Amino acid sequence: MSNKFYENPVIKWIEYRLPIFSFIDESVGSGYPTPKNLNYWWNFGSLAGIVLTIMIVTGIVLAMSYTPHVDYAFESVERIMRDVNYGWLMRYIHMNGGSMFFLLVYIHMFRGLYYGSYKEPRELLWIIGVFIILAMMATAFMGYVLPWGQQSFWAATVITNLFSAVPLIGDSIVTWLWGGFSVDNPTLNRFFSFHYLLPFVIFALVFVHLWALHVHKSNNPIGVDIKGPQDTIPFHPYYTMKDLYGLGVFMIFFMFFVFFAPNFFAEPDNYIKANPLVTPTHIVPEWYFLPAYAVLRAVPDIWFISAKLGGVIAMFGFTLVLLLLPWLDRSPVRSARFRPIYRQFFWVFFIDCIILGWVGANTPDAVFHGIPFLWIGRAATVYYFAHFLILIPLISILEKPKMPPQSISAAVTGTASKGAE
Amino acid sequence: MRKTIKATLLVMAMSLTFAAGPVIAAEGIKLPARNWSFTGMFGTFDRGSQQRGLQVYLEVCASCHSLRLLAYRNLAGIGFSEDQIKAIAAEAEVTDGPNEEGEMFDRPARPSDRFASPFPNDNAARASNNGALPPDLSLMVKARKGGADYLHALLTGYKEEPPAGFTLGDGMNYNTYFAGHQIAMAPPIADDAVEYADGTKATAKQIATDISTFLAWTAEPELEERKRLGIKVLLFLIVLTAMLYAVKRQIWKDLH
Amino acid sequence: MSETASSDDKTRRDFLLLSTIAVGAVGSGLAVWPFVDSMNPAADTLALSTTEVDLEPIEEGQSITVVWQGKPVFVRHRTAEEIKAAEAVALEDLIDPQADKDRVKKSEWLIMVGICTHLGCIPLGQKASDPKGEFGGWFCPCHGSHYDTSGRIRKGPAPKNLPVPAYQYLTDTTVKIG
Repeated sequence: MSNKFYENPVIKWIEYRLPIFSFIDESVGSGYPTPKNLNYWWNFGSLAGIVLTIMIVTGIVLAMSYTPHVDYAFESVERIMRDVNYGWLMRYIHMNGGSMFFLLVYIHMFRGLYYGSYKEPRELLWIIGVFIILAMMATAFMGYVLPWGQQSFWAATVITNLFSAVPLIGDSIVTWLWGGFSVDNPTLNRFFSFHYLLPFVIFALVFVHLWALHVHKSNNPIGVDIKGPQDTIPFHPYYTMKDLYGLGVFMIFFMFFVFFAPNFFAEPDNYIKANPLVTPTHIVPEWYFLPAYAVLRAVPDIWFISAKLGGVIAMFGFTLVLLLLPWLDRSPVRSARFRPIYRQFFWVFFIDCIILGWVGANTPDAVFHGIPFLWIGRAATVYYFAHFLILIPLISILEKPKMPPQSISAAVTGTASKGAE
Repeated sequence: MRKTIKATLLVMAMSLTFAAGPVIAAEGIKLPARNWSFTGMFGTFDRGSQQRGLQVYLEVCASCHSLRLLAYRNLAGIGFSEDQIKAIAAEAEVTDGPNEEGEMFDRPARPSDRFASPFPNDNAARASNNGALPPDLSLMVKARKGGADYLHALLTGYKEEPPAGFTLGDGMNYNTYFAGHQIAMAPPIADDAVEYADGTKATAKQIATDISTFLAWTAEPELEERKRLGIKVLLFLIVLTAMLYAVKRQIWKDLH
Repeated sequence: MSETASSDDKTRRDFLLLSTIAVGAVGSGLAVWPFVDSMNPAADTLALSTTEVDLEPIEEGQSITVVWQGKPVFVRHRTAEEIKAAEAVALEDLIDPQADKDRVKKSEWLIMVGICTHLGCIPLGQKASDPKGEFGGWFCPCHGSHYDTSGRIRKGPAPKNLPVPAYQYLTDTTVKIG
């Protein structure tokens, strides 16, 4: 920000006591140097932050009309849809916002995987990110239970029952989670409480995530460190403007679903009030849980570990393995642009994740062209873990990466080879 | 750039695959697709059909099925006047109370009341229907895969005789589109099952269309308002985004 | 030559920037409205905004309190002396001048919202044993406002008379409030 701005006596008075203006300026303003070569894949982090804010605001409004009680939850949500002014809009934004949030964060994560954003010195930045996605999953799951439809109830039953796989104390844990002997009013009440709390935990984690980001600044498509001022441009106005444009494009996408296909991501069964005596014929989680759900169901009995426990371990490992990634990948080169072998395996891995999602959407005994989905799921699960635990370490040692450009500015002016893209 | 587009498409395809998955996984009975006036970005409900649908509900369905989430006042949304709504409401009895003597009492319904249910509770409903519970219809169109198409197909999908080799349970009916093909509800509609106030010929198909339209509205009473607002929001966002893009280009122009 | 071109360019740029900010600001402003409006009374709340009262069981000199829109409504069957007292007051003696006949439809029935116009407490005076204040009507214990037998403010911090809601007689003995 200009010196003139700081000469304003009011600004000066506040700044002397609380340097908030320079803090903002150094965080997202002209005082934050950013690599000049970021592409549009770098828009998704800020988009996710905006969606988090939208979710919190709509959520607070919805909570004003929602009743967390098994007898009234379903009706209170329908009252929001029918009687509360613009209640349908708040609810559809919140409902679809959940899907959007995951979509954005998944893209953000694949971006990090492709460009090696998890590597030294950004390991902690990545790890905090993994905790954010874990907190998001917990929040999304508990939020899904609140409308108290058939999918809500049975999702709560199935997911809480996962903990019964814990040896010895499993059943006690489940009873404790429920606050009773089945998913019931106490469960709904505590889920509501947590669903309201966790977004603020996510908010705090995002703050720490950004803090870590600002220490070593953004990674960039060529993965070469910032060498000097010639490599950077100020965040404002360049990236604020680029982010705003990206926000506009995203909002068109988001609002299309809200207004014209609000139930695209939803299951019809959730418009039937929860019935503890009847399970719907197909219980399918929300799309963003499908890959993890496929992993859960893929694991058979292995030696002394039951399929149930093995599935639960694998499902948690599905996300937690990401924590190890900074140390599994030994390659000195960050960006996949200069890693011909890794780049190909990245896309194989991406397709593997989609296959897992597709398997998760189908019943395990269903068959695809003569191949049982169970077997497809098992193969995809094995590949998923092999990618992290075997392929990435091996590739990083065996692969001979191409030479990245000397610097960001050299890459931008085209004095060095532009790499693969 | 081309790669970027390709990748974007891939991501979109990913979300579509995931979301479309369960639909594909559903049991493979093909529903005959019908043309509804309320589908599409500009779709609105056919008022006449909705009002006839209300008549079908009141004369045919209401003897077994509740419509608990709808209030009589909501009928203003399908073009009834306040006096018409009062008259429709007054024909139903609802329980109110307790009065000063502490007794519950019945009174004619008012516009602010929810639609009166045929049975006081689920157990009473089961007892009167051979143990089968006639579900509430308020959200039926949203609560079934295929929505209004499914409802229409179900209502017109009865067969007098099950196919050879199919054993029908006692008191059950064969329906092509019901999961498992055995449905407790007897064929509810037939040609001239109602006599339409507006003179429309009441074929079974017409009745099924009207009740499906009506129930599509009870499931999504906000549909018309939602789409109207949605068009405005999208147009606004497209203009704003175009402007943002222009500003972004202007600002970045200096750099290169 | 080149100078004018660049200043033209600058004007165009400023115009674009300013119009984008304006459009964005209008859009954000409009987007706030649904959030604000969602906290207004919902459709079902608005639909329940009338209450019917049966006057038959209320004897002369008795009051009842009914709930209308979540608020207490005082219904008093006034005695002849109370009516006389209310009608006899000169308008200039009143803090909020209003004739008694403008506050009732039938002079024996006084119907008004029982919420003190000072800070929203419920005045005493409905029960026979309640203090009725210096003017024989109602007395608000919170900050000492005195209301007369027509529910008009006579003494104390309250600025206005107890408000009379819209109501109509459905029959001689049934009143619909709202």
